[in-house]
Amino acid sequence: MENLGSLAILLALAAAVYATFASVVGRIKRRPFLVVSGERAVYSIWALITLASGLLVSVLLTGDFRFAYVAEHSNHSMPLFYKFTAWWGGQEGSLLFWSWLLASYTSVVVFTNRRKHRDMMPYVVGVLTTIQTFFLILNNFVANPFQMLAVDKLITAVPDGNGLSPLLQYPAMAVHPPMLYLGYVGFSVPFAFALGSLITRQPGDAWIHTTRRWTLVTWLFQSTGIMLGAAWAYHVLGWGGYWGWDPVENASLLPWLSGTAFLHSVMMQEKKGMMKVWNIVLVSTTFFLCLLGTFLTRSGVVQSVHAFARSDIGKYFVCFMALGIAGTAYLILDRLDYLKSESELESVISRESSFLFNNLILLASCFAVLWGTLFPVISEYATGDKISLDPDWYNRLMVPIGLALLFLTGVGPLFAWRRTSWESLRRNFQLPGAAAVVLIVALVAAGVRNFYALISFGFCLFVALTVIGEFYKGSRSIAAKNQMNLARAAVELTHRNTRRYGGYLVHMGIVLMFIGFTGHAFNQSDIKDLNVGDQTTIGKYTLKMVDLKQGENANYQWHRATIAVSKNGESLGILEPEKRFYTASRQGTSEVGIRQRPNEDLYLNFAGMTDDNQRATIQAYIFPLVMWIWLGGLVLIGGTLICLIPSKIKMQYARTEVVGIAKTHATIQN
Amino acid sequence: MRKYGKFAVLIVIVIGAVVWLAAAGMKQNKTYYKTISELSQMGDRAYSTRLRVAGDVENGSIERVGNQVHFVLVQDKLRLKVAYTGTDPLPDTFRGGAQALADGTMDRDGVFRASEVQAKCASKYEAKPGNLRPGGAAPNINTGKSTIS
Repeated sequence: MENLGSLAILLALAAAVYATFASVVGRIKRRPFLVVSGERAVYSIWALITLASGLLVSVLLTGDFRFAYVAEHSNHSMPLFYKFTAWWGGQEGSLLFWSWLLASYTSVVVFTNRRKHRDMMPYVVGVLTTIQTFFLILNNFVANPFQMLAVDKLITAVPDGNGLSPLLQYPAMAVHPPMLYLGYVGFSVPFAFALGSLITRQPGDAWIHTTRRWTLVTWLFQSTGIMLGAAWAYHVLGWGGYWGWDPVENASLLPWLSGTAFLHSVMMQEKKGMMKVWNIVLVSTTFFLCLLGTFLTRSGVVQSVHAFARSDIGKYFVCFMALGIAGTAYLILDRLDYLKSESELESVISRESSFLFNNLILLASCFAVLWGTLFPVISEYATGDKISLDPDWYNRLMVPIGLALLFLTGVGPLFAWRRTSWESLRRNFQLPGAAAVVLIVALVAAGVRNFYALISFGFCLFVALTVIGEFYKGSRSIAAKNQMNLARAAVELTHRNTRRYGGYLVHMGIVLMFIGFTGHAFNQSDIKDLNVGDQTTIGKYTLKMVDLKQGENANYQWHRATIAVSKNGESLGILEPEKRFYTASRQGTSEVGIRQRPNEDLYLNFAGMTDDNQRATIQAYIFPLVMWIWLGGLVLIGGTLICLIPSKIKMQYARTEVVGIAKTHATIQN
Repeated sequence: MRKYGKFAVLIVIVIGAVVWLAAAGMKQNKTYYKTISELSQMGDRAYSTRLRVAGDVENGSIERVGNQVHFVLVQDKLRLKVAYTGTDPLPDTFRGGAQALADGTMDRDGVFRASEVQAKCASKYEAKPGNLRPGGAAPNINTGKSTIS
């Protein structure tokens, strides 16, 4: 079994090396059979890695504790589902999972493009299989998942494994890594197409059209992964936060930021033929940030609360990234003339300009987060002192940046291409702007003094109204023309141009999330030692401990407090925060009690027993508006899915007819 | 060219603002990572800067004294007494033998006053090579250590 697994990944490596050479040499020497054999090799890589993964999963499921990986990440008592997810639970397995995802993506790319892009496909395959080769080298020689436990030369099994940490035995956490990985790996495809088109000097933007769906799907996976991680932290870790600017979290945010910038700036290239160099740079940056993310979480180069694997895997990543960046930079510089922009920026108040600043701010924030994450490394190199920056540093920086982006979300889509007249500015922004000012004044009158919170709520309303206004204007004219009601007309409108209106929905999701983030400014917390019968108050809630129990089962010991919650004498039910201590892993976990409501969450955490073992230490928090973050996340996912549906009416973006585009937009809007 | 001038001014403003925010925060929010041995060589500077010290929590050293939690961090046989003065309860992962990170300042009495303590989260946990002891049995074939301990 173990030999078969090792053999499979070794053969996959050979196939990957062959695929790279066959594709590239076949293309240069014009030997179609070589190119075809390279593409077939791609399928064989997939088959071999699938075999290896299948073997790994089967030994995880059956609990073959002769395997080091199984002993480390599985045990007898784990539910079957978590035994399966142990595939990506540890270093070796997760790198095999990376390889498998990449092989799957590459196979899909080869299959869907089997009759398209014959000119650049060999290079696309070449780039993808080069990345594949790198990961297979790691799988084979650095982090082999088929390592056996042995004493002297005798393979032995351990009676039971370590198992997955109980903190991670949570459904959202089981799907969170694959989501992020699907996102990380997915950016290899647009990157490979960008390089392929660069190498072959493709005319036009074939690579962007071909990879638009890839990029969106990948971005969707990434967003979902990040949201799941945040939700997990909030519901499981018991500290009530959802984001702590930890290096591992930052690693997932970095490619998301540059990927978001890319999603926006490709529109400039599609519609105006601008920013060609920039797009190639962005997609490469995103790809390398994905690699950096994997590297950061896997190498232990930056300290984090998440315990990292300490291994020498880092230097492989550094070498591969350095070579890759050098190669990409050379290609771009060598082919600059072919990437000439077809039009120019005309006015500061134009769609082009808003895209430009959207990109600038996203990239600046990306760089800031990168700087903060790597600062311990940079400072150690420069001064000898390892200095870290705490979450306050990020908040101080990212809150204003986030607000600036939020503002652009509102104004950008309403600016016309080329230039915007004052008249249209006034027409589009008068109402939302006035409403936002009224809201801010009302909030100040109501006693809100937090500057950023005021600005944020104002912007949120402003952006929400502009989005709603866009939907309303469009649906009203469709409704009038076709005699349908407004709701049906809104669906029809969205269906006609899914990209545009799906995008608006994503923006709406972002607005909802910002409402949730802003609630952070009004958090309240209290910590009390309570015995049965004691009561305490937080905000408007009265908490009364009605029961305090403890017990034990096969897996863990537990303490559970039963707390009756009431507001103004009216009972709101009970919450039961619980503390568990898992016997096998000697690890404690918190099962928090949360009362989730749109206005605020009441969040109770059982922090522990007091020293005399008589009273329970209960942390009580009020988190206003947190629910809006999850809601916003769902809207964002929904909006992205809508973007993926083909539009009913094919929009024409002939670039030579710039005036024509403006007209098309005008007719769609009214 | 005037319109490019406008763009240039705006771009400079945006980048300038980000750099300014980042630099201003850097002075206040920085913390020095020090090992226990480096800490003892820092001299007087140790008492005036915010520090972050990592180590293993010594088994059996955790005790509660009033509102504080006292424990000892160990690294390479060097010991550091830590008094946790923060209000938040210590994390679930904090226990004897765990790797912990204390954030705070050094006091003149040689006790490190931590306002925050992080213990390593279980995510992506891997044993260090050579320390593999699932169920307390066989070591890894790769490390060359072949004795059962």
